[in-house]
Amino acid sequence: MEMRLEYLGSTLVAKLDGELDQSCAAEIRERIDNEINLHGITNLVMDFNNVSFMDSSGIGVLIGRYKQIKARGGKMLVIRTQPQVDKVIELAGLKRIMDFD
Amino acid sequence: MENYIKIEFPSKSCNEAFARAAAGAFASQLDITVEELADIKTAVSEAITNAIVHGYAGIRGVVEMQCRISGRTIEITVIDKGRGIADIALAMQPLYSGSDDEERSGMGFTVMQSFMDTLHVESQVGVGTTVTMTKKVGAIFDD
Ligand SMILES: Nc1ncnc2c1ncn2[C@@H]1O[C@H](COP(=O)(O)OP(=O)(O)O)[C@@H](O)[C@H]1O
Ligand SMILES: [Mg+2]
Repeated sequence: MEMRLEYLGSTLVAKLDGELDQSCAAEIRERIDNEINLHGITNLVMDFNNVSFMDSSGIGVLIGRYKQIKARGGKMLVIRTQPQVDKVIELAGLKRIMDFD
Repeated sequence: MENYIKIEFPSKSCNEAFARAAAGAFASQLDITVEELADIKTAVSEAITNAIVHGYAGIRGVVEMQCRISGRTIEITVIDKGRGIADIALAMQPLYSGSDDEERSGMGFTVMQSFMDTLHVESQVGVGTTVTMTKKVGAIFDD
C-alpha cells in the first residue's frame, strides 16, 4: 500500500492507494500519527478512492486515528470508499461513529 | 463442478494478499458475483491474518489453505499449527481481541461469519487451529 500526505492548513489529507491489510496497517498508523504530532494536525481526511481492498485491520487503523483526532478536538472524515471497503466499514458500525462522504 | 487446490506458505504478512488473491482466482471458476467474490477474499484475509499474527505470534510457521468447489459451494479451510485458542466462543465474539496490539479490532471472526454462509472453528491449545467456511454462490444467475 502507498500513501500520499497533503496539508490544508491544520488538516491532513491521507490518500491511500492499494490494499489495506495487516501487512501495512502498522506503517500507515505510524506515519499518520507522526504527522499529526509533528505538524499540530487537528483534522484528518482519509481518502480511500484508490483502496481496492480492506479487511478488519483497516477498522483498527480508522478507529485508532479517530481517537487521536477526537482527543485533539478535531474532525475526521473518510471519503470515497469502494463497495468492498464500505461493506467492512458498515459491518463494524463505523458509520454510526465517524463521518463518511 | 468439483475441484480443489491446496497451498502452503510461511507465516509472512506479505502472503496475506497472495492467499486471498489465490482463493479469489480459484472461486472465479464458478458463476459468481463481484460482491460474492469480494466477500470470499475478505473472509480469507481474516482467517489467514489470524493464522499468521495469532497462531504463529512471534514465531515462523506454515499456513495451509485448501479451497474446494462442490456444485456451487466454495469451502475454504485455513490451518495453522500454532498456539491454538483456549476459549473459541469468547474468541469469536464481536470486538473481542486476545491480542495485546491495541489496534486489532476484534472483528475478524465477525467478518468471516457475516460474509460467508457457515463458519466452523476447531482449535486446541499448543496444537493449532483449523477454520472452515463455506459460501454458496451464483444464485443470481439462476433463471
Ligand atoms: N489462528 C488463531 N490462533 C490463535 N488464536 C487465534 C486465531 N484466530 C483467532 N485467534 C484469537 O481470537 C481472537 C479474535 O480474533 P479476531 O476476531 O480475528 O480479532 P482480532 O484478530 O482483531 O484480534 C484473536 O485476538 C486471538 O486471540
Ligand atoms: Mg483477526
